[in-house]
Amino acid sequence: MRKIWDIHGGIHPAENKHQSLLNPIENAGIPAQLILPLAQHIGAPASPIVNVGDRVLKGQMIAEAKGFVSAPVHAPTSGTIAAIESRVIPHPSGMTASCIVIDTDGKDEWITHQGVKDYTQLSKLELVDRIRQAGIAGMGGAGFPAAVKLSTRDDKPIETLILNGTECEPYITADDILMRERAAEIIAGAEILRHIIKPNKETLIGVEDNKPEGIAALKKAAEGTGIEIVVFPTKYPSGGEKQLIQILTGKEVPAGGLPSDVGIVCQNIGTATAIYRAIQFGEPLISRITTITGEACERPQNYEVLLGTPVQYLLNKSGFNKENCIRLIMGGPMMGYTLQDTAVPIVKTSNCVLAPTVAELPPPPPAQACIRCGMCAEACPVSLLPQQMYWFARAQEHEKLENHQLFDCIECGACSFVCPSNIPLVQYYRASKAEIRQAQQDKIKSERSKERFEARTARLEQEEAEKEAKRAARMEAAKAKAAAAANAAETSKTDIIQAAIERSKAKQAESADPAQAAIARAQAKRDGGAEEESPQEKTERLQKLLAGAEKRLVAAKEKLALAQEQQSDNADAFATAVSKTEEKLASIKQELAAHEATLAPAKTPAPSTDSTDPAQAAIARALAKRAGAGADESTEDKTTRLQNAIATTEKRLVAAQQKLTLAQEQNDANVGAFATGVEKTQAKLDAAKKELADHQATLGANDTAEQVASDDPVQAAIERAKAAREAQANMSEADKIKQNIESLENRIAKSKEKLEAARAAGDDKADILADSLAKLEEKLAAAQQQLS
Amino acid sequence: MIELIAQNPFLASLLALVGLGLVFGALLGFAAVKFKTEGDPIADQIESLLPQTQCGQCGYPGCRPYAQAIADGDDINKCPPGGEATISALADLLGVEAKPLDAAEEAVPSVAFIREAECIGCTKCIQACPVDAILGSAKHMHTVIASECTGCDLCVEPCPVDCIDMLPIETSLQTWHWDKPKPPEDLIASDRGTPQQSGANA
Repeated sequence: MRKIWDIHGGIHPAENKHQSLLNPIENAGIPAQLILPLAQHIGAPASPIVNVGDRVLKGQMIAEAKGFVSAPVHAPTSGTIAAIESRVIPHPSGMTASCIVIDTDGKDEWITHQGVKDYTQLSKLELVDRIRQAGIAGMGGAGFPAAVKLSTRDDKPIETLILNGTECEPYITADDILMRERAAEIIAGAEILRHIIKPNKETLIGVEDNKPEGIAALKKAAEGTGIEIVVFPTKYPSGGEKQLIQILTGKEVPAGGLPSDVGIVCQNIGTATAIYRAIQFGEPLISRITTITGEACERPQNYEVLLGTPVQYLLNKSGFNKENCIRLIMGGPMMGYTLQDTAVPIVKTSNCVLAPTVAELPPPPPAQACIRCGMCAEACPVSLLPQQMYWFARAQEHEKLENHQLFDCIECGACSFVCPSNIPLVQYYRASKAEIRQAQQDKIKSERSKERFEARTARLEQEEAEKEAKRAARMEAAKAKAAAAANAAETSKTDIIQAAIERSKAKQAESADPAQAAIARAQAKRDGGAEEESPQEKTERLQKLLAGAEKRLVAAKEKLALAQEQQSDNADAFATAVSKTEEKLASIKQELAAHEATLAPAKTPAPSTDSTDPAQAAIARALAKRAGAGADESTEDKTTRLQNAIATTEKRLVAAQQKLTLAQEQNDANVGAFATGVEKTQAKLDAAKKELADHQATLGANDTAEQVASDDPVQAAIERAKAAREAQANMSEADKIKQNIESLENRIAKSKEKLEAARAAGDDKADILADSLAKLEEKLAAAQQQLS
Repeated sequence: MIELIAQNPFLASLLALVGLGLVFGALLGFAAVKFKTEGDPIADQIESLLPQTQCGQCGYPGCRPYAQAIADGDDINKCPPGGEATISALADLLGVEAKPLDAAEEAVPSVAFIREAECIGCTKCIQACPVDAILGSAKHMHTVIASECTGCDLCVEPCPVDCIDMLPIETSLQTWHWDKPKPPEDLIASDRGTPQQSGANA
């Protein structure tokens, strides 16, 4: 005889098991409709793999496991999928969850399935996978997927395999009748489990001593298998997993731990049968044994029920009398819950439907004040202090509840059962557990919210800081600009001079440009091969230029006259402007003449004529233009240019004359044309010679003035200005005046020279120069007066 | 010198006391610098009790500022999302009397819901959300990340088309739990006069 341990506390409620044991297991048959919740187990709900309207066969998988802790669902009989929708499920909340609804066809047609002939040939993994695919979940009440429990790890060796045949709750006889009628299947299932788990010590089946017939049947079936049937005194709640382990082995599963932590695996005997059928015949879990009992039923009975069968269908079979029934309970009287709807289906965990009368299970009398009798503490199988926890639960002292190991409470209801004040203690603990879990979740959520809030605040602050930084940078830039402007104001004089230098340099570069640009244009034209400007167009253009120049000359002369009348300082400038305009006009006229001259030979087909070359013409034009621009062309340059022009024209003349004589010798048709060409070239040569003479004549007159101007006048002026300013800065008032006088004397001397030169050349400017000389002399007189 | 002190017990005691005062003063001063605590530990503790809804119903811009205000002496009953539970927790922490909530009723835990067909994509709710729980961009429909929403309803007011609803969080199978039994009725007639005390104070 092996040693039996005892558990703390426990109670002995009226068993009321005999009513449902009068008849053997009856097959409940096939109801018109089956409702299969997707979550009949602990863990993730299964996910449907059929569609509405599909025909399914008995044993066909209709929803697959989703994740490790999950179990598939199979069709319990053949039929069509009527709906996949939310239906009321067996749950204390009376809420709905998604279910697959099957309209049965009554044919009960099996899908092809095959068992394993010799399971000992299969590995543990293969067997566990078959159990998983069969959708087997713990059938004792919790519904933990069996395959998960069997997936033991090698680092935790299992000593003992325990099959739980205790069934300690009153009224329930599903396991009892299973033992009586199908002991062989239980033992076969136990052997398969032993093969999978390979416990290195023993395999036990624990049964309370109130089931003598079941014990006898089991013992008979277990003969020679080495599986021990352990019988122990009846006491509620010996059937709890941890309690049974303690009774059979004396080991206590640590708080918050699992049986495997102490080397034990525990399975219900109903689960063992299901595993046997899954391995031996390949049948998934599609039916179970459920007790329908209570005095409101005429024929209390154990049924072999297809999963999904509505409770109402079973009650009808058992002669349920609704008027007598105070409430319908799913499960036993100790741990069950009230069903609000009889349409709910039987699921994998439904071991009992209890329909008691008022006399049988009267409504609890009103709770009274706790008298601190301590009976609850004596009854508690987990050695907790229920009355203390009751106070803490009422005062919401969650921390103290946790310190009193509230989460070790198995909610067996022994404390409520013994309470003389009828306090529903278990309900307080259930509610408090939920509150604590809720508080923990709220805490996690609030931590998360705080994190997100802080992250957001930090982000906004950073954005603000960045904006501020940009604003500061802008302000800094503005300040720097203002400071620079202030500095510039101080040094404005030098800056202005500098700017003037730059301007003049730019001007010089520009003035050289037009000729260059024209050459480039002409070359581009030649490259392009196209004579874009026809001779007529050129004539027109030149005539236009001529008209424009004449107008300008008239305007300039008017201005000069006006300026002379008003004795303006600008008279000089106007005078030079007039002379320049005149020069330009002359050059345009010349060009026009030259163009007209070339026009005639160009008309002849003779390709040898140089003047037809557009590039040459353009270069000539450009040169002429430069001559027109004239202002910056030094006199030397002009002289050489004119001399060159004369030389080339002479050459051309010689060539033209040669051509003419050749043409005359050959009696060419073009003789006339060549003759006019020679004449024109002669005319050009004359014009060029005249221009050179003119130029050389003016050269003497403008010599001094233009000498200064041609020598980068601006630069010189700036130099002078700078020198003057520097000198002024270091000089006293008298010195300044002296300096002034000196410079005036210089200017007077220069003016006199100019005047003489102008008179010698018989120039118009002579009068103007005389005027300005008089003015300078006046100024000199004033300065001398100031000095003395 | 020693003789002088020995001759004058008054002077001796004066010197001894002044000396002690200086020594301990220096010690305390050193300790104050050396063991200086960063931040405000009381405000931190208070903040950990607040629900972090960041709703601003207390009149402060977020839970942290309210925690600081409580630490500085403000009332503890200004948090409707926290309700009585928070008030009693704060009362326990601070050792003050719990007061009734400073609002008509406790805020029901809820979650914002945007009627997406009506959303015009103005992003105003996104800017209002204290926990960045609204997703969307300009001229595109916005939506609420329900798991991150604290139900503060700060997004409702800025919405120009009123397309945001605050829906109370419904109990699902996962969140359902047993309720506590009703407190027992007082069977003794003399107990019935004080119904408030029948519960936790019994």
